[in-house]
Amino acid sequence: MPEFNQLQTDQPKGSVNFSWLLLMAWRDSRRNRSRLFLFISSIILGIAALVAIYSFEYNLKKDIDSQAKSLLGADLVIETNKAVKPEARPVLNSLGEARSEERGFASMIYFPKNGGTRLVNVRALSGDYPYYGDIETSPEAASRSFRNNREALVDKTLMLQFDAKTGDSIQVGELKFRIAGVLNKAPGQTSFSASVAPIVYIPLSYLEETGLLQKGSRITYNFYYRFSRDTDIDKLVKKLEPRLEKLELDYETIESRKENTGRSFEDLTGFLALVGFIALLLGCIGVASAIHIYIREKINTIAILRCLGAGSGQAFMIYMIQIAGIGLLGSVIGALLGTLIQQFLPIVLKDFLPVEITVVISWLAIAQGILIGLVISILFALLPLVSVRNISPLNTLRISLQETSLFKDPLKWLIYGIIVLFVFGFTYLQVGSLKKTVFFTGGVVTGFVTLAALAYAMMWLTRRYFPSSWSYLWRQGFANLFRPNNQTLILVVSIGLGTAFICTLFFVQDILINRVTLSSSKNQPNMVLFDIQSSQKQAVNELTRSMNLPVLQEVPIVNMRMTEIKGRNYADYKKDSVAWGAMRGLEREYRVTYRDSLSDSEKLVDGVWTGKAEPGKPVYVSLEDGYAKRIGVKVGDELMFNVQGAPLKAIVGSTRKVDWNRIQTNFILIFPAGVLEEAPQFHVLLTQVPSNEISARYQQAVVRNFPNISMIDLGLVLSVLDEILDKMGFVVRFMAAFSIITGLIVLIASVLISKYQRIRESVLLRTIGASRKQILAITALEYFFLGALATGAGIILALLASWGLARFNFETSFTPDLLPVLLLFLLISSLTVLIGLFNSRSVLNRPPLEVLRSEV
Amino acid sequence: MDIILNIQNLCKTYQSGGRTLTVLNDINFAIEAGSTMSIVGPSGSGKTTLLGLCAGLDRSSSGIVELNHIRLDNLSEDQRAHVRNQYVGFIFQNFQLLPTLTALENVMVPLELRGERNIRPRALELLDKVGLADRGHHYPAQLSGGEQQRVSLARAFSNSPKILFADEPTGNLDAETSEKVVKLLFDLNKEAGTTLVLVTHDLELASKTQRIIRIKGGSVIADKLTNPESTEHAGV
Repeated sequence: MPEFNQLQTDQPKGSVNFSWLLLMAWRDSRRNRSRLFLFISSIILGIAALVAIYSFEYNLKKDIDSQAKSLLGADLVIETNKAVKPEARPVLNSLGEARSEERGFASMIYFPKNGGTRLVNVRALSGDYPYYGDIETSPEAASRSFRNNREALVDKTLMLQFDAKTGDSIQVGELKFRIAGVLNKAPGQTSFSASVAPIVYIPLSYLEETGLLQKGSRITYNFYYRFSRDTDIDKLVKKLEPRLEKLELDYETIESRKENTGRSFEDLTGFLALVGFIALLLGCIGVASAIHIYIREKINTIAILRCLGAGSGQAFMIYMIQIAGIGLLGSVIGALLGTLIQQFLPIVLKDFLPVEITVVISWLAIAQGILIGLVISILFALLPLVSVRNISPLNTLRISLQETSLFKDPLKWLIYGIIVLFVFGFTYLQVGSLKKTVFFTGGVVTGFVTLAALAYAMMWLTRRYFPSSWSYLWRQGFANLFRPNNQTLILVVSIGLGTAFICTLFFVQDILINRVTLSSSKNQPNMVLFDIQSSQKQAVNELTRSMNLPVLQEVPIVNMRMTEIKGRNYADYKKDSVAWGAMRGLEREYRVTYRDSLSDSEKLVDGVWTGKAEPGKPVYVSLEDGYAKRIGVKVGDELMFNVQGAPLKAIVGSTRKVDWNRIQTNFILIFPAGVLEEAPQFHVLLTQVPSNEISARYQQAVVRNFPNISMIDLGLVLSVLDEILDKMGFVVRFMAAFSIITGLIVLIASVLISKYQRIRESVLLRTIGASRKQILAITALEYFFLGALATGAGIILALLASWGLARFNFETSFTPDLLPVLLLFLLISSLTVLIGLFNSRSVLNRPPLEVLRSEV
Repeated sequence: MDIILNIQNLCKTYQSGGRTLTVLNDINFAIEAGSTMSIVGPSGSGKTTLLGLCAGLDRSSSGIVELNHIRLDNLSEDQRAHVRNQYVGFIFQNFQLLPTLTALENVMVPLELRGERNIRPRALELLDKVGLADRGHHYPAQLSGGEQQRVSLARAFSNSPKILFADEPTGNLDAETSEKVVKLLFDLNKEAGTTLVLVTHDLELASKTQRIIRIKGGSVIADKLTNPESTEHAGV
């Protein structure tokens, strides 16, 4: 008796090779190519988004590299936000072959022509900085000429806002300057940063005369250097580093600026890539569901092949090759589209970019996009595809006691696992943080599972509580939600996810705007005056009251640094690789207040509040709870401070929870009364102005009388924030559009596929006499139910997600605006019905037999 | 004579709604190579299940199926597929042509699966024998039922099988076309010297084979030789 093994070696004259599998895949796809392409079209936009972002990222990197010199404007910048120690001067004056010095601070400026005032970023400059690139001005010569006269360069947004012209004057502190030109762009500045803090350049030589340099003023000192070409800057700063550290000076080189700029844009492109990835995932759901139906239709073909002797692996490979081929095609088209779209990204993002972007084709981005598209389309297609292995040749005979199941395969769990791993890995590569990756992956998985669960629940409920008393047409349409070959799961997941995504974006934008608007509402302070010297306190108070404005809060502020935590200084912590938080705590400057009671935005978490320090006893301070955790201290720990030269020991007496959302002065660190009263300090005053007119008059009065005092008009902040949110919203909407359009394609594809599911039935109904109107009604009802369920599920998910974000992330209440949501609901539901009806037109307009012959 | 198919104590049961459903019960028979045989019986008697088991399309619950001296019940599905490709040909009631392949490609598939080369002339020759030489490039949907079954015949003989299983080969055809297809089937079978196992409820068709096994309720109730005339068709 021949054994099977012997049979295997005896028989084949050749072997079934890969080329035959390719040939069969090609042959089998003949009548399905347009459908296969439709399936895969849903990943095109996702790939396009990724390729566009990757290309943009590579171009940005390249441009940052090539323009880094002009970003920094010098070979080396030494900077500090503390007064430069006298012993630092010899070092600072010995470096480089050319030097410039700049002092930057926030101050009010005043336009005498029309009385306008505004808080700006004043930069007092000496020397020939920038050595690379330009301070871009109109007229061009102004960027150099202003340094030699009592002249200023004023940011173009300010010039526009106050209708100022070159030749007009501005008042900075006590001194008037002639406007030499319009500042179009300072080195490394983006139009985004210009709108937040507009810059005004003045010559350093006039700074003293402005009277703005008073004790307690917060000034940034920058020293710019140009070195000869043969100087190795990195080597030089390595050598200088210990001395600079001792003198409490920081530095930045072209290389470090490159890294920093690159890193901050990695975050941006990482975020945008994730938004694109969501579009891709959404498309993949479409692919998986379409392939599932495709394979279900191929059961008989696979059974015949198995009957004729094809192995399960061979049958599997035939379809795998088809999917890979079509996935490759979709990815290539997506990559081409992405390359086109990347031309627009610099336009969309121009306000956030510090460099000019040159758009060139990035082959690396294209290759990455194609690879991701190929891998992910195969991964998702594998879910239904593994079932091919289980299709029995018995399906060719008329016996079907055991229904071929495309669902129950343990291998599917492995594939689900690989997909989750892929999503996790991809996300990690984009965001580089394990925590964020876990959140994102968890969020995506939860979204999918919740929607799938909702779909199943809906199917169960419609079956369980089926409205038997409804008319036939309604019952038929309704029953299609749970009958075999239904589209409920796929449509609820794909449309639901798309809707959820769009709605969440909308809600979050709403939450942010609401939060800011709430803060600026009536009875809340909307004007903040800071840098008030102790000697001016009384006068400012009186001026405010004389204009019938309330003094809502008046707080003293003392600048200090923390020098030791629990007896260890910065150098001690630097040796300890895990004490990162403590190191940060010792690096920064603290703006501290002192008072005898807690404010209504504070709540004690631990320890005992000490409102007044007793002479000769330890000073008990209160720390914000979260910050205390970050720097690793708890109640009872000892801290050492340097209050502008004077050492001061304190003990953590309590920790507090602070509601940072309130418009009022809030502090990380609070001292008790009785300690800092004599320390150099300035004051902050909060008031509420009822109108823009009064606001302008009040600002003018303050600036005229107290030029050193800076004012923040929250109304202006709000409009700037609105503008920023609008710009950011545009970027997010631009990216979300990929998901929305992908959702639409998945919707069209799903509905088109369902046509193949329903066509026999519709034709049968037509054959036994159903009218065109009746078929139309059944189809419309089915798709209305589906669209409504899917959109409803998406909105529910978005509401949950937004509520969670509002409650836990933004710590604010969530009251969604339901009218736009209702409109979205109606729009997507109607769209589903329209697409469904559009697809059914062939059944309605042609004789049943013709339809069956051509479509089935 | 050499035994090509040997069935011993064959049983097939299914689990349905928590109950065990016995479809075939203790079937025993053997078929000599080159002979022709019919399995007849009423609907639901288990004849198609028996054919599926004999051809290695399914696995028995108990008992032995030996095809060309290879025990099928010990083989995996992929190994049985290999056996089918080497030794077995099929004809189905509903033709079961691959809809996306042309007639010629359908005939070529079993040979391609064997990894054979230069198979086009053989496939064309077979199509010529069934009278469809000029329809090779047509897809199944473009052929009539009779034509589809003739392509199916050409495909069944393409890999020179040792045994051919035909499941109601005329079930979907009109009388005139059925007659032509049956004649073609027996002629090709005679020419190739293949063993033929026919499942049918058409007694007239069954009588054309040398032996008829009658089953009812999953058991063989009769096994007898037919009149000598039928041997002419069977080539014995």
